[in-house]
Amino acid sequence: MDAIIRVNELTKSYGPNLAVDHISFDVKEGEIFGFLGPNAAGKTTTIRMMVGLTQPSSGTAWIAGRDISKEPVEVKKTIGLVPETSNLYGELTSLENLIYQAELYGVARKERKDRALQLLEEFGLKDHQEKPFQKLSRGLKRRLTIASALIHHPRILFLDEPTTGLDVMSARGLRKLILDSKKKGLTIFLTTHYIPEAESLCDRIAIIVKGEIRIIDTPENIKSHVKQMEVLEIGLDRIPDPLKNKLLSLDGIEKILIDENRIRFHTKNIDQVAPGIINLLKEQGARMETINTLSPSLEDAFVTLTGLDSDLMKIDKPVKMGGE
Amino acid sequence: MEEIRKAYFMAKKDMGAYYLKPPLISWGLMLPIVFVFAFYFRNPVGIKEVIPGLIGLTLLFSSTSMAAIVITFEKRIGALERLLLAPLEIRTILFGKALGSTVFGLVITLVITIFLIPIIGLSIHHPFSFSLTIILSGIAFSLLGILISVGVKEVFEAMTMSNFFRFPMIFLCGVFFPVSAMPYPLPVISYLLPLTYTVDGLKHCLLEEKGTIPLYLNLLILLGFIFLLFSLSLFIFKKRIRQEF
Repeated sequence: MDAIIRVNELTKSYGPNLAVDHISFDVKEGEIFGFLGPNAAGKTTTIRMMVGLTQPSSGTAWIAGRDISKEPVEVKKTIGLVPETSNLYGELTSLENLIYQAELYGVARKERKDRALQLLEEFGLKDHQEKPFQKLSRGLKRRLTIASALIHHPRILFLDEPTTGLDVMSARGLRKLILDSKKKGLTIFLTTHYIPEAESLCDRIAIIVKGEIRIIDTPENIKSHVKQMEVLEIGLDRIPDPLKNKLLSLDGIEKILIDENRIRFHTKNIDQVAPGIINLLKEQGARMETINTLSPSLEDAFVTLTGLDSDLMKIDKPVKMGGE
Repeated sequence: MEEIRKAYFMAKKDMGAYYLKPPLISWGLMLPIVFVFAFYFRNPVGIKEVIPGLIGLTLLFSSTSMAAIVITFEKRIGALERLLLAPLEIRTILFGKALGSTVFGLVITLVITIFLIPIIGLSIHHPFSFSLTIILSGIAFSLLGILISVGVKEVFEAMTMSNFFRFPMIFLCGVFFPVSAMPYPLPVISYLLPLTYTVDGLKHCLLEEKGTIPLYLNLLILLGFIFLLFSLSLFIFKKRIRQEF
């Protein structure tokens, strides 16, 4: 497949701070390409440079065969962007918002209303078409914002943190809509800090930390980077405070991830380390409820590749006021 | 042509979403009506002399107010970003925004003019020149509002800056006192302000031969203001976008 997005040495600095540091990558037509990284990694800045909202300090982004800095209007005809904050017009109804977007994107007069109604139907918004945008729930606002980005049949859809701030059901529904859009041939570029979301949606993922891309590959290939690693997961009734440091002092443990009452140990030899771990837990008075061996997940790979604590990826940015 | 059509869609959206709301329309009408009654009760015979100025003021306040607020407000709520994302030239965005507030200003001004005709026996001697004067003035005043809005960040700043430009114009542009009767250097300042040419032009159209500058020159200078204000707005807006986005 040909590259529909080609980014070369793209850089953005704000004074002495380098937000995006000479990144290069290609996105193939028809794939879902994920930009995965913690908050402030440079994901949104990258997307904004690619769609022409922010001027790069250096480097180029070719979108659908055109240089965004030289032909921004032509590029914008081929793309749709869903920003992190749903920012349609609060006073306009769902239908009016879509028709207005159709007008701005040059959709033919006779097609505007039909296209808007079709999208309202596809996105489950038919019953809300006469409601002002400001009266919709956050999940419905998100859906309508995505629908509006698709009004002109773009070739590429950019989604910036599409499920941030949504409840579980809305987020699940939205992921299904993203996958449905891909089936229709759309190329999707999405940023996320949710590792499971990137794993379930994306054909390829770029992991970005502090403005630098650490790896670009399929989720399976990224996981294979930690294949030599074995994972032991133990569920406890409680986790005593000083436990993590004591466990790390045991020989053979590479990394420890703690998620609520579950501890995940990365090791090269489970048989060797398991007795020591179990003894230490007993000494600390923690009662084991479950014990499993697991294949390394994308989260494990992320932690190994970036050296970051995966808890960082669970922190949402504060939701902005306004459209939301 | 495509760009003009898109500017029209933007103006139509702004009219529906912001301008054609009853509170805004009544606010737009309130100020000139209060002015007219205040002068009418003070001097019913001499009110005709200030009518061109009052019509000019109505146009100035109604056109600049909304233009100054809308862009700042949309910047604030993130909606301006939608326009920057759409396949539109920056000049089209500014033109569309100016078009909406110009139409609002013209509608308010025409309502006030029609209201004044029976009350004070107003007559428009040169309807074509009158239309041309208020259309060019409306565009110039909207662009003044746009210029203010692209240079500030907050809605309250836009309001303050609008008044900074508008209030001196009430006294310096021949609305109540002829520019020629002002002491030096006030006339120099007067001739740097667009309302002076609106009021003078309207005096030609409404009072017959009462203007001091030839009508064609008033119209040419208003055109010059349109060009200048649009160019300045475009320059500052582009610079702001680079800084803020």
